[in-house]
Amino acid sequence: MSVSSVVKIKIDGVEVTAYEGDTILSAAKRASIYIPTLCYLDGLSSYGGCRLCIVEVKGSPKLFPSCTTPVSNGMEIITNSERLRKFRKLTLGLILSEKPHICSICVANGHCELQDLAKEFGVDHLRVEREWTAHKIDLTHDFLVIDHNRCILCARCIRACDEIEGVHVLDMKMRGKDSQVIVDMDEDWASSRSCTSCRKCARVCPVGAIYVRDKPFSEIKDKEMAKFILSRRGL
Amino acid sequence: MKPEDILRIAREETEKQGFYKYRINICCSSGCLPFGALNLLKAFENAVKKFGVESECKVARAGCPGTCSVGPVVLLEPGGYIYQNVTPEKAREIVKSHIVAGIPVKEYLYANEAFFKKQLRLVLRNAGKINPMRIEDYIAAGGYQALIKCLTKMTPKEVIDEITASGLRGRGGAGFPTGQKWNFVAREKNTPKYVVANLDEGDPGVFANRTLAEADPHSIIEGMIISAYAVGAEQGYIYVRAEYPLAVNTLREALRQAKAMNLIGENILESGFNFNIELRLGAGAFIAGEETGILASIEGRRATPRPRPPYPATSGLWGKPTLINNVETLANVPPIILNGGDWFAKIGTPKCTGTKCFSLTGKVNNPGLIEVPMGITLREVIFEIGGGILRGRKFKAVLVGGPSGGCLPESMLGLPIDYESLTKAGAIMGSGGIVVIDDTACMVDTAWFFTDFCVDESCGKCVPCRVGLLKIRNILERIMKGEGKMDDIDLLEELGVYVRDASLCGLGQTAPNPTLTTLRYFRDEYVAHISEKRCPAGKCFKEQASLEVKE
Amino acid sequence: MMGELGKINFATVWLSGCSGCHMSFLDQDEQILDLAQKIQLVYSPLMDAKIFPENVDVTVVEGAIGNEEQLNLIKKIRKHTKILIAIGDCAVTGNMVTLRNALDDGAGAILKRAYIETATKNPQIPNDVPKLLERARPLNEVIKVDYFIPGCPPSAHLIKYVLTEIISGRTPNMEGKAKYG
Repeated sequence: MSVSSVVKIKIDGVEVTAYEGDTILSAAKRASIYIPTLCYLDGLSSYGGCRLCIVEVKGSPKLFPSCTTPVSNGMEIITNSERLRKFRKLTLGLILSEKPHICSICVANGHCELQDLAKEFGVDHLRVEREWTAHKIDLTHDFLVIDHNRCILCARCIRACDEIEGVHVLDMKMRGKDSQVIVDMDEDWASSRSCTSCRKCARVCPVGAIYVRDKPFSEIKDKEMAKFILSRRGL
Repeated sequence: MKPEDILRIAREETEKQGFYKYRINICCSSGCLPFGALNLLKAFENAVKKFGVESECKVARAGCPGTCSVGPVVLLEPGGYIYQNVTPEKAREIVKSHIVAGIPVKEYLYANEAFFKKQLRLVLRNAGKINPMRIEDYIAAGGYQALIKCLTKMTPKEVIDEITASGLRGRGGAGFPTGQKWNFVAREKNTPKYVVANLDEGDPGVFANRTLAEADPHSIIEGMIISAYAVGAEQGYIYVRAEYPLAVNTLREALRQAKAMNLIGENILESGFNFNIELRLGAGAFIAGEETGILASIEGRRATPRPRPPYPATSGLWGKPTLINNVETLANVPPIILNGGDWFAKIGTPKCTGTKCFSLTGKVNNPGLIEVPMGITLREVIFEIGGGILRGRKFKAVLVGGPSGGCLPESMLGLPIDYESLTKAGAIMGSGGIVVIDDTACMVDTAWFFTDFCVDESCGKCVPCRVGLLKIRNILERIMKGEGKMDDIDLLEELGVYVRDASLCGLGQTAPNPTLTTLRYFRDEYVAHISEKRCPAGKCFKEQASLEVKE
Repeated sequence: MMGELGKINFATVWLSGCSGCHMSFLDQDEQILDLAQKIQLVYSPLMDAKIFPENVDVTVVEGAIGNEEQLNLIKKIRKHTKILIAIGDCAVTGNMVTLRNALDDGAGAILKRAYIETATKNPQIPNDVPKLLERARPLNEVIKVDYFIPGCPPSAHLIKYVLTEIISGRTPNMEGKAKYG
């Protein structure tokens, strides 16, 4: 890196050296400053959908997702204010209340990023009533399962399928509350001819929505394994 | 073609039109077409023939003069006589009396003069007066002279300076200074650059952009060519809702004619400047009107917004610098170039120059499309231009800014209409929708209605908008059913502020406005629903009331 | 907050749940003796009390609200309790008791499944038990809940922590502790 590309920013009052092209999140990570994330995954493009990594930037009333916002010289960032904590807690509560997320009967119980985050932020109950619409479960594939009742629409699987495996089998259909991850043109997984059955979608799913049948969940969600796959990007 | 050729066409066309003593403009916009505007066109042509006044009276199709509630309407020049609810029978009478005998038919005239009195028509300067299907009409009305001025006498920087001096701000709703936006794109080194005209008007009850495109498509196209010249773009897209078939056809025809005259294409008017425009049709998503959503849609992807920065000015269509303007903003450009930025800056208020088009709907006597100078008060718009509340009922609230606007009470009627005042009051300029609500409406129900619209139109990408709005709607529903708790009011407020602050794009950031403003100005109605199980307007609980009677 | 012998009146209630939370409560092992110093148990499935008493200081409720009897009971409990604690995922979010909510006529569907479709002898739906509600609901959708201890079941350690804090008049901090499932 040349000297000119160095960007001086302040995160939570601490001076941090970042580089041009850094996002707030990548700069914070390098400085070992923790910002919670959910839809973000190292190695995939940033999505900016979950709103957990929102931060305050001095001089702006707006909130910025740290995973997509580039740093600029003199930026002063607050990652953990009262307001941010409150909003993050609300976000997690809303995700939990959107679908019948029942941890006790979920394959991901104990290996779930949503569960972990709820614990971390002390989301000890749901302040709004849960939606009770039943969603589809696609069990047609030999070993890959997608249970839309557990999907939080973070689009990690879609990005991994497109950007890492390069086949773009998965995508999103409909919009708003009716959004749903689909296989090819909304077909059964078994009838997909473009799916390579690579399981990357299962590895990157932060919850128990996509998983490999008859496999211990700890193995599917092995974070090191996911990292390995993602590090092969471009090879 | 050279600039001189355009000026010659203007001269010839003016001369040709000057032969006629009268001109009958029949509104053939989406508002009047279903009421038989095309039949009416024929009826007038026949009547003119029948009475033998073909040589002194020109019958032409035209766009909308704004009085959509009394269609089909006919504008008779000179004098600007507007006839309302015209039928083929009335047409013969009008020709007989007004054209042949020179006596206007009073009982058929649009009587609400107040509707036009406080209006100032810059964007809609030609609406209803020219035939949108003939480029010659536009040229005769002074069209494309601003473009000629830019291409022959001004550098791109001078054009931007003129726009900056005018103080023009984006009419899409957010009010970003247009000159500054153009500057951002102009200074980018990356090429090619693109310009996009946003005509994805999806709000319920809003039809200003549609009317503009149907009545005067060339004003948009001319503004767009000038903007491309200023920022150095060679390709432009007009993004139109597919639900606006007439606007699409009008624009398509206008583009064809402009191309035939070398106003778009290669080496425009032999200036060396190349610029092409393509139409892109939306597939019915409200969210496609959002700046980054429109880009995704033009590229052929799902219309989901993405976080900014990077802004489209640096990374827009296919990662290239892209200028996105609302069509109303673009239609303002030609008069600014011709008359100068200083002239424009004198209109409206110092911080909010120019005019704004509003779709005035709801419970007012004179609904329609209006254009008013910035800074006019809501009271003037509703009670003078709008002629007061329908059937003499009492005014209760006005929703300014479309489905994600704010509901303002009577005490706010003195509010001047400009970006800052509206935002401070909890409303937005938005798409320019003004819905007037009378005392028969329940404000909880009103908030529910607009929230429900936004729930349907949310793209689903970010959690606050997808889930937060849904929960707000559900809580409102619960309150309307009489199952609300007092805590719900605080929860609604908390969720509203959260969705407003934490959402990804403008839709989520403004969608809680109806809920937040009704909570702010009509809290007592919420309390009545919750604690007394009573709807002050008598709208909710009807089902329960009838059940009780049965028991 | 003192009752008989300087102890607080303490109750535990078991609604639609598996009793796992009560098990976890007892799993505090010998540490429960510390708690016993401070509380007077007045109503619980662990003892023989038929009627929920008045003037209870702290009530711990396990389970979702699944039938009409429970609906009435929880309203009564709220009336007679100063501090009400929802314990376990069923009480906090509804947990799997609420799975039937996603079905049309969920109550009918599960009764049919349990008593007709899978019965080996004399299939019939019992009519001498409280009527199932159309939708099972977590406590806070029906009454005001003061504190929540999620978990399926919550760990004995967490239960002890929350109860100790509350009995000592402090507010428990659930950050890093409230784990569902």
